[in-house]
Amino acid sequence: MRRGTREYATWSLGMILVLIFALLPVVWIISLSLKSPKTVGDGRFLPAGGEWTLQNYKVLFQGGFDNSPFIHPLINSIAIALISTLIAIVLAAFAAYAIARLSFPGKTIILGGALAIAMFPAISTIGPLFDMWRSIGLYDTYPGLIIPYLTFSLPLAIYTLVAFYREIPWDLEQAAQVDGATPFQAFRRVILPLAAPGTFTAAILVFIFCWNDFLFAITLTSSNNARTVPAALAFFTGSSQFTQPTGNIAAAAVIVTIPIIIFVLFFQRRIVAGLTAGAVKG
Amino acid sequence: MSSVAGRLRLGGRRGLTDRSREERRLGWMLCAPAVIAMLLVTAYPIGYAIVLSVQHIDLRFPDQGGWVGLNNYKAVLTSSLWWTDVFNTVFITVVSVAIELSIGMALALVMHRAIFGRGLVRTSVLIPYGIVTVVAAFAWFFAFDASSGFVNHLPIVPDDEAWFGQRWTAIAVIIAVEVWKTTPFMALLLLAGLTTIDEGLYEAAKVDGANAVQRFFRITLPLMKPAILVALLFRTLDAFRIFDSIFIMTRGAQNTESVSILGYNQIISRTNLGLGSAVSVLIFIAVLMIAFAFVRLLGVRMAEGRPGT
Repeated sequence: MRRGTREYATWSLGMILVLIFALLPVVWIISLSLKSPKTVGDGRFLPAGGEWTLQNYKVLFQGGFDNSPFIHPLINSIAIALISTLIAIVLAAFAAYAIARLSFPGKTIILGGALAIAMFPAISTIGPLFDMWRSIGLYDTYPGLIIPYLTFSLPLAIYTLVAFYREIPWDLEQAAQVDGATPFQAFRRVILPLAAPGTFTAAILVFIFCWNDFLFAITLTSSNNARTVPAALAFFTGSSQFTQPTGNIAAAAVIVTIPIIIFVLFFQRRIVAGLTAGAVKG
Repeated sequence: MSSVAGRLRLGGRRGLTDRSREERRLGWMLCAPAVIAMLLVTAYPIGYAIVLSVQHIDLRFPDQGGWVGLNNYKAVLTSSLWWTDVFNTVFITVVSVAIELSIGMALALVMHRAIFGRGLVRTSVLIPYGIVTVVAAFAWFFAFDASSGFVNHLPIVPDDEAWFGQRWTAIAVIIAVEVWKTTPFMALLLLAGLTTIDEGLYEAAKVDGANAVQRFFRITLPLMKPAILVALLFRTLDAFRIFDSIFIMTRGAQNTESVSILGYNQIISRTNLGLGSAVSVLIFIAVLMIAFAFVRLLGVRMAEGRPGT
């Protein structure tokens, strides 16, 4: 089928508009992070020619682990998001396997309950958690953040995994056993390769969810012991009391955006599939 | 053979076979850890919040405790601050979700009709979805801020516009961040809905002489209604909980506070757990009411929904 030039022109225009809409703020924060204290207030969208500097990034890492305002929160962010993702995916995989494959009463209640928790206002839990965590010693610790992240990311993980696991032809497992494979071989050679891509996709979504959290991070932490980057950013001060931390915040913002950009560039197709799996019954 | 016979034999109570009883037990066992983890930080805390909300608990004055009945609720519901915040939250929610739906639908239609560069477009719209909300809020804050921003240097914009110095301009920027961050998710959900529509319907409508606008309103919209309503419900509840971007951009100054910011201020900044918990419980009730309204009045079929953010 031949497409008209006009159709190409309309589509190209639409595409350019979408790209501008999606990327303009990202380009802006990168540009801001490269400005020097002298040019940060010049009001230009891009730094003027030749005035690029990496100074804002250097400041973030000065002083090592103990004195840098950024290194400790960055490590906290990475560790807390990874641990939460790992635990959430293991728990969700058990539940999703049961829901997708076994028949037992209470399945719909579990799915409905998960949906209700996805709608639950997190702000309603911070008062009790603040109080409870302080009395049992979880305040300002890794588990203090990991527990709420588990709770609020499990619905997303369970729904995504159930949608993926329902597509898996589980009969292949028995077929492999009939052909002489041991149950372990059947699982490792047949089921694992089929379940791994969906499980990995759910893990990306959960990681993004934990990486993004701000409310729990500022309410349940009080120091760099467990404070993650989004919370640390809100309390950033300049390198001296006379400089605005604008450039440094921009640089830190760019650094925490890098993992997201990597995920999106490499796993775009999977993330879209994960976000929309089971959303609309085809 | 004996195991087959065992499976076929009806086992005792409720006529369950051994196998299906075993399957039940396995199903519950596999789900139990996830269910417990989900209830740990929702059911118990909301119950605890209700208990806190009927007491006078102010961590600055630990000696003055005691049950105060519904006094905290009375104090919240009779304060003008609460109602200003409710208004702000509802206004931001309604306006941003309406804009998101319109732009999201346009985006979905553009992506659906992709001739080339489909991957490029999908990759770029996923970036706002994935980006940390605090980062998005800072990016927009610095863009509009008078001392570092470029917006005031654009043509038609007054050079000395103080965006965060007035209520409505600040709320406009807050809405802009919300729209930018969440429209892509809306667009992807709508795109998934679009792809399930049978192309033959459009061909038939074309043959019958329906133009593009008629095809959109008579075929696309009605068939996508369930998908749209579910997306609207989730986005509405999500927007109603708005916190991060307001905290970063104004901290609630210039009357831009949302109900979540109010709850945070009472609990964390003023350490007034009793009053703050009353605010928390009221937000929880508001969310229940919104969900109930969607299900009852608009007939959202929850079974078609799924969490996304």
